[in-house]
Amino acid sequence: MNWITNYVRPRINSIFSRRDTPENLWSKCDGCGTMLFHRELRENLNVCTSCGHHMAITPRDRFTALFDGGIFTEIDVPTPLEDPLKFRDQKKYPDRMKAAQKATGEKEAMLVAEGEMGRTPIVAAAQDFSFMGGSMGMYVGNAIIAAAERAVELKRPLILFSAAGGARMQEGILSLMQMPRTTVAVQMLKEAGLPYIVVLTHPTTGGVTASYAMLGDVQIAEPNALICFAGPRVIEQTLGEKLPDGFQRAEYLLDHGMLDLVTPRTELRDELITITRMLMGQPPAVAGDLPAPGDVADATPPETAEEQPAEAPQK
Amino acid sequence: MTNYLDFEKPLAEIEGKAEELRAMARANEEMDIEAEAAALDKKAADLLQDLYKSLTPWRKCQVARHPERPHCRDYIEALFTEYTPLAGDRNFADDHAVMGGLARFNDQPVVVIGHEKGHDTKSRILHNFGMARPEGYRKAVRLMELADKFGLPVLTLVDTAGAYPGKGAEERGQSEAIARSTEKCLQIGVPLVSIIIGEGGSGGAVAFATADRVAMLEHSIYSVISPEGCASILWKDSEKMREAAEALRLTAQDLEKLGVTDRVIPEPMGGAHRNRDAAISAVGATLKSLLAELEGKTPKKLIKDRRRKYLDLGSKGLAA
Ligand SMILES: [Zn+2]
Repeated sequence: MNWITNYVRPRINSIFSRRDTPENLWSKCDGCGTMLFHRELRENLNVCTSCGHHMAITPRDRFTALFDGGIFTEIDVPTPLEDPLKFRDQKKYPDRMKAAQKATGEKEAMLVAEGEMGRTPIVAAAQDFSFMGGSMGMYVGNAIIAAAERAVELKRPLILFSAAGGARMQEGILSLMQMPRTTVAVQMLKEAGLPYIVVLTHPTTGGVTASYAMLGDVQIAEPNALICFAGPRVIEQTLGEKLPDGFQRAEYLLDHGMLDLVTPRTELRDELITITRMLMGQPPAVAGDLPAPGDVADATPPETAEEQPAEAPQK
Repeated sequence: MTNYLDFEKPLAEIEGKAEELRAMARANEEMDIEAEAAALDKKAADLLQDLYKSLTPWRKCQVARHPERPHCRDYIEALFTEYTPLAGDRNFADDHAVMGGLARFNDQPVVVIGHEKGHDTKSRILHNFGMARPEGYRKAVRLMELADKFGLPVLTLVDTAGAYPGKGAEERGQSEAIARSTEKCLQIGVPLVSIIIGEGGSGGAVAFATADRVAMLEHSIYSVISPEGCASILWKDSEKMREAAEALRLTAQDLEKLGVTDRVIPEPMGGAHRNRDAAISAVGATLKSLLAELEGKTPKKLIKDRRRKYLDLGSKGLAA
């Protein structure tokens, strides 16, 4: 038995059973078309129980499944200037932002948190593809810098889950400048001798791939994730020919030496714990070392989990 | 002049008429056309000034991409001595979209790296229109390491529509190569000065232009995406490139306001291609003065200041 079945699964059960019951109790797998029972799908971290297709998962749900007992503390991200270029296409940028905030209930396209994962203290950052395509602007840059600074302060590894169509065009050149800015953040970690682990999720493309998402000490991807600089459509236009099946997918990149591992989401947590503990020189994790799921659930109502300090301040 | 941009059409007509007159006079010595031709010249000069005193962002894009604009090779030939090209990434190939090597700049040994677009069909194909593959960025990383090891300043000349969107380029890790080049720019303990001489296209430009000092020629551009690409995504119509160019704030003048570029280098009237020598020497003078600003800084201080500059960048928006 592994961590997921022993510990995470019952925990997630309890979380989702408390949420508002979705009106549509069934959802269709994007991969195989199978109708999946909503709760079952969420228990399986939005991975199809029939074909293994990985569907999107929000940073908040991901963190809930990643951190012990679903408990994490959000790390504050400095708010950048709103609409620095006064950008306007068919819509005004602030209007697009408001729409994205309303649709996702999130402030921006990246969530940063600290907490414990298998009793291993970490800082984690996750990009939210549902928020304007996860696009990298000043906020995402600030989030990665804040994550790196906090990791250095606490001497913890940083685990980053990437997902983005690329740079946020509405911030023009300032979105492009997040490539060097986030690279500086990665350098802070490297100079502090702290592990920086990247988990590339579907899709990770453009300037995001060409900066912090490709600079990890260990590069892991979720199965079938599209990972590229130039998208397949652009390349097909340039070449005037169809690309082979699986081109720019995680397994293809693994074959071409661009990744260390391709790991299903349901096994990711165990793997991250194992790798992180080795890189940090910590003893192997023992399942019995964990608090019983029931105790944690009683102690912390999940709805407010992120507002509570993950670890009682031990200063 | 052979290449006129679409907005220069009235200018082409006047300059063409003057040229025609002079050709007629050469054929018929009794014709006296000088006064008339001079009047046309004056008219053309006035029109040129009129057109160029306030170019729209889209027109600047066109000037930045002008086929007769001086390219990396022209700057290297004119401004450097003992240029010694160093080839290859030691892994796969030598990418001709990126040229670079050792050279002397005002007698001082430096490493110079830049994108080369080529100037005719044959050389454009050889240089892949200035669009680098991973090997180009890996060559640049290697040259920056060489510079760092021997304490030589690095000068980069940026002129690319972007990194090459090709199958092989993707398979060999285009994103990783760009990321490593940007990372290397932030690691080297020698002065790093970058000049955007034409197009600063997205990540392919950042990989060379993450520098202590960045200067841009007056009509060069630097952008996260081409106006055409932006138009087709946000306007769903690639013909809206004028609107996109406007919105993206990609001109040297706007980028100076945003703090992305430190210096705007004036171009000769009508663009760098109308007086290549003047444009090249203006770039030379800027390189010299920017290098002087960095003189005497220790490697540690250079790295620290460079990182600080990027961490702080953009916090003030257009008021920077
Ligand atoms: Zn399925």
